[in-house]
Amino acid sequence: MIQDVAVVAVFIAYAIGVLMTFGLLLTWVERKQSAIMSDRIGANRAYIRIPFTQVKLVCWGLFHGFADGLKMLLKEDFRPNSYDRLAYAIAPWVAFAPILLVFAVIPFGGTFPPGELFDGTSLGAWFADRSYPLQIARLDAGLLVVFAFGGLAVIGAILAGWSSFNKFSLLGAVRAGSQMISYEVIMGLTVLGLILVYGTVDLDAIVRAQSGVVLGVLPAWGVVYQPFAALLFLTAATAENRRIPFDLPEAESELVAGYFTEYSAMKMGLFMFAEFIEIAIIAALFTTLFLGGYNLPFMTDDGFVFPGNRVFAVSHGVMLATQIVVFLAKVMAMCSFQILVRWSLPRFRYDQLLSFAWKFMFPLAMINLAVTAVAVWGLRHA
Amino acid sequence: MSWWERAYIFEIVRGLSITSGVFMRNMWRWVTFRKGALTTYYPEERRADYSPINRGKHVLTQRPDGRPQCIACNLCATVCPARVIEIEAAFDPDDALHPKYPVRFEIDYSRCIFCGLCVEACPEDAIRMVPDAPGLPDAERDHMWWSRDELLHWNPQRDAAKHSPSAPTVAAARSPGAP
Repeated sequence: MIQDVAVVAVFIAYAIGVLMTFGLLLTWVERKQSAIMSDRIGANRAYIRIPFTQVKLVCWGLFHGFADGLKMLLKEDFRPNSYDRLAYAIAPWVAFAPILLVFAVIPFGGTFPPGELFDGTSLGAWFADRSYPLQIARLDAGLLVVFAFGGLAVIGAILAGWSSFNKFSLLGAVRAGSQMISYEVIMGLTVLGLILVYGTVDLDAIVRAQSGVVLGVLPAWGVVYQPFAALLFLTAATAENRRIPFDLPEAESELVAGYFTEYSAMKMGLFMFAEFIEIAIIAALFTTLFLGGYNLPFMTDDGFVFPGNRVFAVSHGVMLATQIVVFLAKVMAMCSFQILVRWSLPRFRYDQLLSFAWKFMFPLAMINLAVTAVAVWGLRHA
Repeated sequence: MSWWERAYIFEIVRGLSITSGVFMRNMWRWVTFRKGALTTYYPEERRADYSPINRGKHVLTQRPDGRPQCIACNLCATVCPARVIEIEAAFDPDDALHPKYPVRFEIDYSRCIFCGLCVEACPEDAIRMVPDAPGLPDAERDHMWWSRDELLHWNPQRDAAKHSPSAPTVAAARSPGAP
């Protein structure tokens, strides 16, 4: 029992470390990638000077993230004169916490047998023959938990807009509410097809089901079975995260900063940080559902098995590290893709946004679901 | 719009391929140690088409012995439309040819309009403007005031046309072996 608690504590520390690192790193990636995409250099003036020398460490502008954090901490914590005190204070946390919680059900690696990995040491003896999936909370309802917490995030935005006593904030909150409810529906419908294919909502089981190969060469990833669902899911997830081209709730050219107009200093920083962490969460979710999670084609927990029964055995510990690295690499690639989208497309108009959701994506998601249902039924009864 | 464009996805893919293509091209230049951007690091670098006739900064010319050519006649300060030049004249009895000289000669670059009238007004070719720009960005507003010694020494220029004999300085008088 105490062993389980220790392992979960380590997993939680790892998850928080990874998410915070992603949040910090993505501010830099977003700046640099957008700069390189548009023939610019990007942020490169923040430096740390080695004491007593004139050597300035620029490190490709990596320190701009720290400079941002320092600026946020030192700024005046302005509060509007009239507001709902409690709601105003907790809104950033209500927006921030559920996003972190989503990561609890995402598997970020294969099976972790501590007794086998630390064999011969007292630590290995303590764990005996227990083994754990690399996942903080192994819940049967994994995917439903993701939607439950994902739906909570909109409450933070609405609370912030309502309690700020500002028309721009309120408009932003109303937009956030209707937009996120609309796209939540589409996100659920796209994932339903995937649930039909895999027959479970347990994320760990879904990832394990994606470890094989179909038609000899194609990896058995969700994106192969459900390409339309993958596209629609990514679009809906971007809308959930309120990023361009769906950043209507905070459209800076129309609403100043939308629902967090009246927030300053670290409270505003928390909203920004939540947005960047949500990029990583969406990338992790997309990787888990559609890109095979930590799996590579031909990869098992004990090495690679290539066609023709050529076995390339690797020790379990090395495979575990490989799986963790593969998962992080896929997440990073998806983050980069989201940033590419954000810096390529213009913003929708508000009526376009809603008609796009209900008249274009909703029918497509329904058609996708119907075709999947018929195909799955046909294959079961063939 | 045609149905192809109304379907969003094809046009979006086209747009993404353009931006990611530019990204790949520039990234390839960066990783092969070339510059993948159009940006010029301005104070450190200068664009190739930086105008050769730009006159953005003042220079006080020096006499052969390094003292200012200026005779503190105040013509430049008088003609200056922005009134940014401040001169305080003094008398030097040791220098028989140019007894009047400026102890203070200051230009306030926060107000200077770079019209060049001071250069035209000067009878002694003591003030010139050169193809450069003052390094103004600073945390202190006072640093936009340039003093006589800064204007005299940052890029020393001597008036080659005039051959004024060097004045007997105190240092020269004290060393008898000097020519």
